[in-house]
Amino acid sequence: MPVNYYIFLSLILFSIGIAGVLTRRNAIIVFMCIELMLNAVNLLLVAFSKMHHVTALASDPATTAGIEAQLFVFFIMVVAAAEVTVGLAIIVMMYRNIHSVDINFLNRLKH
Amino acid sequence: MSKLIYLVPLFPLAGFLLNGLGRNLLSRTLVSVIAVGSVLASFVMSLLIFREVGADGFQSQVIKLFDFIKVGKVDIPFSFQVDQLSALFLLIITGVGTLIHLYSTAYMQEEKPSHFARYFAYLNLFVFSMLLLVLGSNYVIMFIGWEGVGLCSYLLIGFWFGNEAYNDAAKKAFVMNRIGDLGFLLAVFWMMMRFGTTDFAQVFDKAPEATAAVLTGITMLLFVGATGKSAQIPLFTWLPDAMAGPTPVSALIHAATMVTAGIYMITRSHVLFDLAPVTQSVIAIIGLATALLAATIALRQNDIKKVLAYSTVSQLGYMFLALGVGAYTGAIFHVMTHAFFKALLFLGAGSVIHGLHHEQDLRNMGGLSKKMPITHITFLIACLAIAGIPPFSGFFSKDEILTAALLKNPVYYVLGVAGALMTSFYMFRLYAMAFRGQFRGTEAQASHLHESPSAMTIPLIILAILSVAGGWVGIPEVLLHDAHRLQAFLAPVLEGIDGPADGGHHLSHSTELMLMGGVLVLIIGVITFAWKKYSKYTRSEEVTSTGVAKFLENKWYVDELYDTIISKPLKSISAFMNLRVERQVIDGVVNGVGKAVQYGSRQLRLIQSGQVGSYILIMVIFLILFFVLQLFWNLQ
Amino acid sequence: MSISEILFWFLSALSILSALMMVTSRNPVHSVLWLILVFFAISGHYILMNAQFLAIVNMIVYAGAIMVLFLFVIMLMNMNADTEPQKSKWMKMAGTIGSGSLLLVLIAALRDSEVRARTLEGPEGTIGLVKQLGAVLFTDYVVPFEISSVLFLSAMVGAVLIGKKD
Repeated sequence: MPVNYYIFLSLILFSIGIAGVLTRRNAIIVFMCIELMLNAVNLLLVAFSKMHHVTALASDPATTAGIEAQLFVFFIMVVAAAEVTVGLAIIVMMYRNIHSVDINFLNRLKH
Repeated sequence: MSKLIYLVPLFPLAGFLLNGLGRNLLSRTLVSVIAVGSVLASFVMSLLIFREVGADGFQSQVIKLFDFIKVGKVDIPFSFQVDQLSALFLLIITGVGTLIHLYSTAYMQEEKPSHFARYFAYLNLFVFSMLLLVLGSNYVIMFIGWEGVGLCSYLLIGFWFGNEAYNDAAKKAFVMNRIGDLGFLLAVFWMMMRFGTTDFAQVFDKAPEATAAVLTGITMLLFVGATGKSAQIPLFTWLPDAMAGPTPVSALIHAATMVTAGIYMITRSHVLFDLAPVTQSVIAIIGLATALLAATIALRQNDIKKVLAYSTVSQLGYMFLALGVGAYTGAIFHVMTHAFFKALLFLGAGSVIHGLHHEQDLRNMGGLSKKMPITHITFLIACLAIAGIPPFSGFFSKDEILTAALLKNPVYYVLGVAGALMTSFYMFRLYAMAFRGQFRGTEAQASHLHESPSAMTIPLIILAILSVAGGWVGIPEVLLHDAHRLQAFLAPVLEGIDGPADGGHHLSHSTELMLMGGVLVLIIGVITFAWKKYSKYTRSEEVTSTGVAKFLENKWYVDELYDTIISKPLKSISAFMNLRVERQVIDGVVNGVGKAVQYGSRQLRLIQSGQVGSYILIMVIFLILFFVLQLFWNLQ
Repeated sequence: MSISEILFWFLSALSILSALMMVTSRNPVHSVLWLILVFFAISGHYILMNAQFLAIVNMIVYAGAIMVLFLFVIMLMNMNADTEPQKSKWMKMAGTIGSGSLLLVLIAALRDSEVRARTLEGPEGTIGLVKQLGAVLFTDYVVPFEISSVLFLSAMVGAVLIGKKD
């Protein structure tokens, strides 16, 4: 597959994620859309890693070009996991205080 | 000795500083010593300088003290001019000043020490300023003194500042002075522009080059300044109100010195005035008009000091008449004699007021001749002098002026004689109501009535002697050949002008003697009439006056006139400006700017809603914008 | 069309469809389920590109742990379709248009890119295998690896602290 297709796919998933963030009021759904965006980026990274590898393979069959991107994806997942942990803890705390997860109520932080 | 001229104003200045700064520390005695001593020291210096100036072959000198203003082509040094005119004025100022300082030490005894010291500090400051005025060798230094005496006049008139009416009188004096000062300043600016200098000698050298219009303009403006300072029409109404100040102040400032500043200035600038005959006519007419106006008002005044105040205005009018007809020597002569007898009159009045415990209404006086003999005799001498009876001083000076007026225009002479007759009438009305007849005051006043202390009577005696003998330096040609010592003395300063005694017009001796005699007879007649009438004055005679009398008593309603045409319109204009321009326009603009900023910021604040969603939306929008921009930039 | 192409198109369609469903469904539990489906599709893509390790890790970490966590929290809050707050119509419209425009702009930017010619072949190369990944991870990138463990520790501590009932 030309790597273009992967780029477009990733873009579409990314913008769907943004649509979700802008459209939904439930904090948890917004969070999930953020995860979707992260995944779109992961997909793109892996696609590029494969592309570089294939290009490099033509000249040197024992190359490990493009492996860094996959490691990067690995670390993204690590960070996403940690972020979800803390984020959900915050949301739970917010729910405990105001009994709602509506992000519009977050403006109380302003006061 | 003239090198030490700077000492003359320095002593009073030192006295001012010492008394002013130490007013809470020094006792009354010490203050008196400092004050009187400083002016006395100046007087001694003035005597020495006078002797030097009067010696043969003296050349007028300009002694520079330091550079005052030196910018580019403008060079105004702080320098003094020592010549006959300034030496004469020095004597008058310091001499009469010392006497009045001495008198004040007794007159102001009731004041608290700090007020006492303040009074003498102001008085010393006044003498200092007046000396600057007459000593300055250019118009700027003269103006410094000019302003200084105006300031001191304000300070001293409003000396008893607890009384609102006195404060108003002080303000009135200062404001009217200021109006005159504007004329003076404009003249100085014009001079600077036209001649490039304000120095007397240089201006007088360059004066003939200027056009008649320029000279008339400058001299008219200078005359405006003189009308303010010397209380001529239209700026004379402050002087009667200035009687609110202590009587010695009235004597010194408003009789002997400050009000003569205008005459000094015009005499000093005689070169300019001789080149502007239009101005001279104006001066003569205004002087004459003032003399008559003030004399008519004085006929109906009942306050002893007010009569004297209007008398001063009237006599100043005579001096200006003299200046207007070119008789500069006559004007200076009258300044000198007037200083003597008017100061004496005021100090005598002060003595009376003091003896009667601040009674000033003539209708409550009478018969004081027995209880206050020294005051009585000296006062009588002064009245005779001012009325123009020979051999007292007033006769000689007044006669010189009238003769000069006759040579210019017979109408001036007739009107001048009319004024002289009125002068003798109201003066002897004053004398008779105060000193003759029955005492009309209260019992309490009668029991406390006594002669004033010696510190007050000694100056009276000295001034009386001067009032008698002061005229003998100016005996005219007619009576004694070549005996006009004053004219000979002042000739070097006043040269270049033809007094009416030289060139062209000349009265025959017989005519002059006849006129002199005729006027004298008339005056004696008027005096007798007034004496007789007012010696028998009793209170019940006076009822509310009507007609002409009322008009005169209310000072020709001049103050009311000024109020209507000047004060009220000014007040309504400023009220209008305050309401419309100040509040609505200026405040409106300033507050409007503030309100606009507040409104704008309130609208801007709404962007920060705290809504996460809107924040992210805006982020996305801008992200798109950036990408688009990036795209199009790269494409181009 | 080879089998990998067909699989590619199928997985792409599945992922896009699931994402759309996730964003638009009213019941949050349904959203979670749809998202899990998206993860499955993406893992499929990974396998297509021979990134086996990542595919498995994606399943285990994302779909297995993170989504389960989400489900727990949703169930804790007892959310269902009724309690779901809705944004105003205008905001939804604005959001959709905004993201749509972003998509368009990005696609427009990238449609002429040079990489069009590059292709990804099938399951060739060994970089996706655990052995290869592990070799590079533990030699060149061991420091970030250790730091990520510290990151996890801090995340745990943070979560516990925030979630305490005091």
